[in-house]
Amino acid sequence: MSWITAKRRRPVAGYAVVLLGLILVGAIYATITASGESSAATPPTTSAAQIAKGQQIFDLTCATCHGMQAQGTAVAPSLIGVGSAAVDFQVSTGRMPAKSLDAENDRRPRQLNVAQTHAVAAYIESLAGGPAIPTPAEVGTSGANIALGQQLFTADCAQCHNFDGAGGALTYGKYAPALTESTPTQIYEAMLTGPEAMPVFNNTTITPNEKRDIIAYVTASRATPNPGGFSLGRVGPVTEGLVAFLGLLFFMVLTALWITAKHRKTADE
Amino acid sequence: MSDTGAPGGPPDEPTEPPAGPHRVIGTPPPAQARTLLGDAPEAQDAAPARRELPADPSDKPRAKRAERLVAALFILSMLASIGFIAAYVGLEVGSVDATLRSNLALGLSMSVAFLAIAIGAVIWVRHIMPTVELTEQRHPMRSDPEVREAFKETFEEGAETSQFTKRPLLRRTLIAATLPLAAAPIVLLRDMGPLPGTSLRHTVWRKGMRLLTYGANTPIKPGDFSSPGGMITVVPEGFQDNQDALAAATAIIIKFQPGLMRFGKPNQVRGGYVTPNWTVDNIVCYSKICTHVGCPAALYEQTTHHILCPCHQSTFDAPNGAQVLFGPAPRPLPQLPITVDAEGFLVAQSDFHEPVGPSFFERG
Repeated sequence: MSWITAKRRRPVAGYAVVLLGLILVGAIYATITASGESSAATPPTTSAAQIAKGQQIFDLTCATCHGMQAQGTAVAPSLIGVGSAAVDFQVSTGRMPAKSLDAENDRRPRQLNVAQTHAVAAYIESLAGGPAIPTPAEVGTSGANIALGQQLFTADCAQCHNFDGAGGALTYGKYAPALTESTPTQIYEAMLTGPEAMPVFNNTTITPNEKRDIIAYVTASRATPNPGGFSLGRVGPVTEGLVAFLGLLFFMVLTALWITAKHRKTADE
Repeated sequence: MSDTGAPGGPPDEPTEPPAGPHRVIGTPPPAQARTLLGDAPEAQDAAPARRELPADPSDKPRAKRAERLVAALFILSMLASIGFIAAYVGLEVGSVDATLRSNLALGLSMSVAFLAIAIGAVIWVRHIMPTVELTEQRHPMRSDPEVREAFKETFEEGAETSQFTKRPLLRRTLIAATLPLAAAPIVLLRDMGPLPGTSLRHTVWRKGMRLLTYGANTPIKPGDFSSPGGMITVVPEGFQDNQDALAAATAIIIKFQPGLMRFGKPNQVRGGYVTPNWTVDNIVCYSKICTHVGCPAALYEQTTHHILCPCHQSTFDAPNGAQVLFGPAPRPLPQLPITVDAEGFLVAQSDFHEPVGPSFFERG
């Protein structure tokens, strides 16, 4: 450790410490936020026992806000007729049970496991039907037309979710979330049910095949290479320009400081 | 600076004294008469200057270390330059991935090549060159009266000798030659036309034209577009691939819960109200082109029924005739009159009843 002691008073040492600190904080943040999320693969096979179990979970977890008969209250909407797809979307993305009554519920690690989610979904569906959770075949993207998916996405999704699915701001604190972690099932369910502020794209307007095309585009666009090495959130040229501008400005200021810094040597002698 | 000749004079002249007024036109006259270069004479006959700058840096071992570092940086720069050439010759750019690799290698090697020279030069200046502080006085900007007089004399002499003042034919024809040249750019402004006429007031929508979903190009039945909170982009049938037409004609349809829309009077365009006989089964059709500067305004929130424009946050109230709630848009989104045809598909009743998109000069 003697070399540290010897060099810690150098002017460079300060910058080095700040840089190390930033890297450390970034690494810790990345470790904390990265949490594996497995998606529901098999749709539920509804049975009376499952519905009963679902009602039990609903009464404990959801009824506080949505009411004992899922009829809705002043703080939460009615769930009559929303269907199992809406329940699966909200619960599997961790948005429900909501942690607080905000303008927008964030995507979080899921609170209920797959079986519990499907039980609640079966219970809600048993009340008044509604859009069902899609089967794996319905959301599979093999043979999908990615080009058409891209056209549909730019026409009806990109205005809120960004052309690359990076999300964007709406009014009064609401926002369209990024689609970077959404599973094909969740994308399908979101289009079908229109969660929160999102419009509904029902199966007679955007057909199931077209939905698969859109899913194929969203998942394929994640694999697009990033020229230059950094994605910068893929929100377009504005961030790229801003990062380049601020980065270069910072670099040039540091360089100017270095070039014009006084010699300590001459002061000593 | 030599003691006799002026800069730019013929090389053989300074050896002999100038004989009379003969000299090359346009060059300044001999220096002793009028000089153009400020105060030089004193320094000429001074003794050989004593050395002002130290020969060596104050800290020789440090300079030696710095020298090695600078040399290493220069060699690094040399290697990077060679690497740049090698990367340019060696790396293929046939595919996206290959282009990425090539760009990265070229950019990196070129930055290292320039940066290493620059850093080396700065270290050279800071640690190897001796540190001395010198003060240099600034001269007044204005020239001496003699110099100014000399310049005037030279200029007038030149003008006269060039015959410009003496030969009006040449002078006038030269001016005549430059006049049309100056007028040419003004004539080029003609390319900004022709005037748009009434094209800004109309789109391609016509009576009976079907509404197609954009992308899939399928016609829409009200019974299919049946989920309240639904929104979709529509384009006129026959123009689904005509980007020029779509730039003005693209629209969105929104399906509302019954009883949500606030209706005005039939056939009346009025902000704050939906025109009732222009809707079908709680489906309303608005222009997708923002009335501010023409961005696609289609961020429809089904909870608040706001239509938001992503460019400048203009917010329109969809159930109330798309009137402006917030932002720089000056007027509501125009409503397209729609109905159903014999086969039950959504069609337009007519074109928009007001111009779509941003304001323009003649709109008033």
